[in-house]
Amino acid sequence: MSQPPHQPASALDFSVVAVDEVSRSFGRRRALSRVSLRASQGEILGVLGPNGAGKSTLIAILATLLRPTTGQVRYGDAAASEGAGLRARIGVLGHDLFLYPELTARENLEFFAGLHAVGDPVAAADAALSRAGLGARADDPVSSFSRGMRQRVALERALIHGPRLVLLDEPFTGLDDASASALVARLRQLRDAGAIVVVATHDLELAEQLLDHTLFLRDGRPAASMPRPDRLRAVYQDVMRQRPDEAQP
Amino acid sequence: MSTERRGHAAGSPFARSVWLVLRKDLTVEVRSGEIAYTTLFFAASCVLIFAFALVKEGRAPEGGAAGILWIAILFAATLALGRGFERERQSETLRALLLAPVPRPAIYVGKLLGIVALLVAIEAVLLPLVAFLFTARLFAHPFWLAGIVLTCTVGLASVGTLFAAMLVRARSRDMLLPVLLYPIVVPVIIAGVQGTAALLQPTVEIALVRFWLLLLVTFDVVFVVLALWTFEAVMSD
Repeated sequence: MSQPPHQPASALDFSVVAVDEVSRSFGRRRALSRVSLRASQGEILGVLGPNGAGKSTLIAILATLLRPTTGQVRYGDAAASEGAGLRARIGVLGHDLFLYPELTARENLEFFAGLHAVGDPVAAADAALSRAGLGARADDPVSSFSRGMRQRVALERALIHGPRLVLLDEPFTGLDDASASALVARLRQLRDAGAIVVVATHDLELAEQLLDHTLFLRDGRPAASMPRPDRLRAVYQDVMRQRPDEAQP
Repeated sequence: MSTERRGHAAGSPFARSVWLVLRKDLTVEVRSGEIAYTTLFFAASCVLIFAFALVKEGRAPEGGAAGILWIAILFAATLALGRGFERERQSETLRALLLAPVPRPAIYVGKLLGIVALLVAIEAVLLPLVAFLFTARLFAHPFWLAGIVLTCTVGLASVGTLFAAMLVRARSRDMLLPVLLYPIVVPVIIAGVQGTAALLQPTVEIALVRFWLLLLVTFDVVFVVLALWTFEAVMSD
C-alpha cells in the first residue's frame, strides 16, 4: 500500500510496528503483562485468546487510544506520541462500530472521510459504499441496518483513509458466511497491498485461513507466538491448557 | 448533511474539523430531536411551575424573572450536556473522533458550538415565555439582553462541555456533572442573573449592564482558553 494520494502531507508512514514489553494496568488490575510483538508490512497478525485475555487492550494501545503503563510501541521510527500524523495512518474497527445510528451510511462515511482529510469525501464514500455492497441503502440511517450491514459500513469507515496499520477487534461478529468470506478476501487484499493488519478474534476457523502469524494471549500474558499455525483449534487448545509457567514467550 | 454537497469545507484543518463536528451534531439533533425536545420541555415546565407558584394577581416578585430564567437555563444546559456526550458514548463514537488525525481541541470547539447552538434555540423559546409569564420587560434592550444571554451561555457550555467529555466513561457521570459544574459556574450564573436583573429595572443603568457583560466576557475567555489547553490531556487514556 503506497502512500494514498488523499493522505495529508503530515501523515507518517512506517513499514513495521514493534511492541516491546508492554504492560497495562487499570487500577490494581493488570490487563496486559509484558507483551512483545512485531508486525510488518504485508502481514496479517492474529491475536487470539479467551474473553478477558487482553486482546482489546492491546488493540487500543496499538491504536494510540491507551498508553502502556510500561514498555513502548514503535511505528517504524515513530512513537505513539507523534499524534495526528500517526493517527492518519491507523484504521480501527472496534468491538463497537463507531457509527452514528441517526446518520445514513453515506453521511457516516463522508463525516469520517472529512475528519481524515480525504481529498474528496463524497467520492471516497461512494467507493466505500460500493465495496460494502450497500449502494442501494446508502441513504438509509444506519439504525435501520442489520448487524452485518453495520459491520460492513464500519469496516469501510475504518479503511476510508487508506491506513497503513489496520486494527480489527472481533471483525467477524454478526457476519453471515458470505460476508465473513468477503471480509477474509478484503483483508487479504489489504495485506497484498502492503498494509499491516492486526486481527483480534475468537473465530478460529476464519483465523486459520487468514493469519500469517499468531500471538496467543491468556490472562493478559503472551502464552505463545507462532507463524502460520496449521490445525489452529488444536494448537489453541494446547496453548490454553498449558500452565502459566509453561508459556512460551 | 446534504448528499449534494461536494468536497469538504475549505480552511485550516482546525476550522474544517470544528465545522464537521458541529454539522454532524446539528444533523443528528435535527433528525432525532431528542435533546432539544426533552431539554425544552424540562426548561419550560420549570418556568411554568415557578410562574404558578410566584406570580400572584399578575404581579411577579421583583427580580424573580431573571433568577428563574437562569435556573431554567442552567438545568437545561446540564441535561443537554449529559445527553450530548451520552450519544458519543453509546456507539463509542468518541473513540473514533479521538482516533481521527485532527487537533483534539477542534473536537472540543465543535461540541461546544453544538451545545451553544442548542441552548440558544431553547433560550429563544424561554425568553418570551418568561417575559410573558412574569410580565418582565426583557426585550426593552434587546442587544444588551442578547449579549448577556450569549456570553452567559458560552460560559456555562465551555466548562460543561469539558466536564461532560471528562466524565463520559464515569459510571456515575449523571450525578457527577452537576456536582463538578455548578461550583465552577456560580460566578457566571451570578453575572447572568445580575446583568438580566439590571436590564429589568425601570431605569436601566447601562454602565452596570456593561460591567456584568464585561465580567461574563472575561469568564468566557478564561474558561475557553483553559478548556482548550486541557482537553487533549483529559481525553488521553
